[in-house]
Amino acid sequence: MEKHVILNSQQFDLTIKRLCHQLIENHDQFTDSVLIGLQPRGIHVLTRIKKHLEEILDRSVKCGNLDTTFYRDDFRRREKPLIPSATNIDFIIENKRVVLIDDVLFTGRSIRSGMDALLAFGRPEQVELLTFIDRRFKRQLPIQADYVGKTVDSLTTERVTVEWQETDGRDQVILYSMDENG
Amino acid sequence: MDRLSIKHLLGIRDLTVRDIELIFQTADQFKEIINRPIKKVPSLRDITIANLFFENSTRTKLSFELAQKRLSADVINFSASGSSVKKGETLIDTVNNILSMKVDMVVMRHPNPGAAHFLSQHVSARIINAGDGTHEHPTQALLDAFSIREKLGDISGKKVVIVGDILHSRVALSNIYCLQKMGAEVMVCGPSTLIPKYIAKLEVKVEHDLMKALNWCDVANMLRIQLERQEMKYFPSLREYSMQFGLNKEILDSLDKRIVVMHPGPINRGVEITSEVADSDQSIILNQVENGVAVRMAVTYLLASQIER
Repeated sequence: MEKHVILNSQQFDLTIKRLCHQLIENHDQFTDSVLIGLQPRGIHVLTRIKKHLEEILDRSVKCGNLDTTFYRDDFRRREKPLIPSATNIDFIIENKRVVLIDDVLFTGRSIRSGMDALLAFGRPEQVELLTFIDRRFKRQLPIQADYVGKTVDSLTTERVTVEWQETDGRDQVILYSMDENG
Repeated sequence: MDRLSIKHLLGIRDLTVRDIELIFQTADQFKEIINRPIKKVPSLRDITIANLFFENSTRTKLSFELAQKRLSADVINFSASGSSVKKGETLIDTVNNILSMKVDMVVMRHPNPGAAHFLSQHVSARIINAGDGTHEHPTQALLDAFSIREKLGDISGKKVVIVGDILHSRVALSNIYCLQKMGAEVMVCGPSTLIPKYIAKLEVKVEHDLMKALNWCDVANMLRIQLERQEMKYFPSLREYSMQFGLNKEILDSLDKRIVVMHPGPINRGVEITSEVADSDQSIILNQVENGVAVRMAVTYLLASQIER
């Protein structure tokens, strides 16, 4: 397995900050906008974005965690059953502008289930998608992100992981690819 | 890990501690879902479930049906009155006829102990036991334990007394198994005639004095006297039973600590529990009913996830 660092911790930090400024361009003071992170790994992105946004804006931004387990389309198609994580949205999303946040956009199926799960909380005015990494050549559904941290062109056999200081000890994005010996 | 060790939910006795924890963790998420504006998820939209009730039920039947509908399963209902059972059809024939309509799961209540187990050996669908005679009522025990966990934070180390007709109660037996597996101490309390002889084998404490039992416990689960299952007189009169084993406000207030009061329903107000107690803030009877839907969603979801496509 070959390991290639796509974003080191400095680039990682810059990328998060850039995403925050892009969000502010479109959402200004976040008066009617909310951020929703998709469980489990979108929450890391959400937490980091929220921290920076609140520092820049000097006000709190409404955030929630959304679990999509029960809305996925691979129930009974996987070897391992799907075990849910917590959903925590303590505000009404009716008529709000929602930014869905995930770490890696790959096939688009998680986002599809995320949109379905979101609609159980009301009818938002608008839904946007922010993804930290966009693996753009493996989409199985017509879904694109509005905000992208880094676009990665990779093979299906390759794996992209986002590592976080809080859980993995270092902020970085790594591309793993099979070497010639498999 | 992350998968139930069972194919059918026939009784608590077959479950591992990990199974019960998995059901509770999943039920936590469903509890959040049933409090949303839209209380439904699409997970089981390609699953068909038959609810076969060969014995009367209000709460359990409605609770199962609601749980199934909130998971988007297709549901068919059957009750013994007005069915071909009355015309002499056997249980296996009845169920196989229903299964030939491509049913994936069966929820069954039956007056005979072991009926669910028998069925699980003869048909291909997944079976959930919704009460088999005086044997087990696993989902009731799971929702009771889930409600204790929710109210007190943990089940382990808690003292639970089950008061009343232990002899005829499937709720009592399933509760004993479940609470003991989760590390609680269990006591049963009632007239000697309504405490089964095998109780010593279950390693539970036995008490015939209600005051002593209540002073010992953190949680009191008050059972209904099941007159419909009693072929003979087990105590002189309901009034006498109520005077000795009924829980009223005076008794509750006289205790040193605030205990949690539970009841699996249906309540006979004024017999095992007074209205004041049933409606007091120490009672979690309605929480039990709400949790019943979440726990039944969890059990149904986890069993359905094992059905091959």
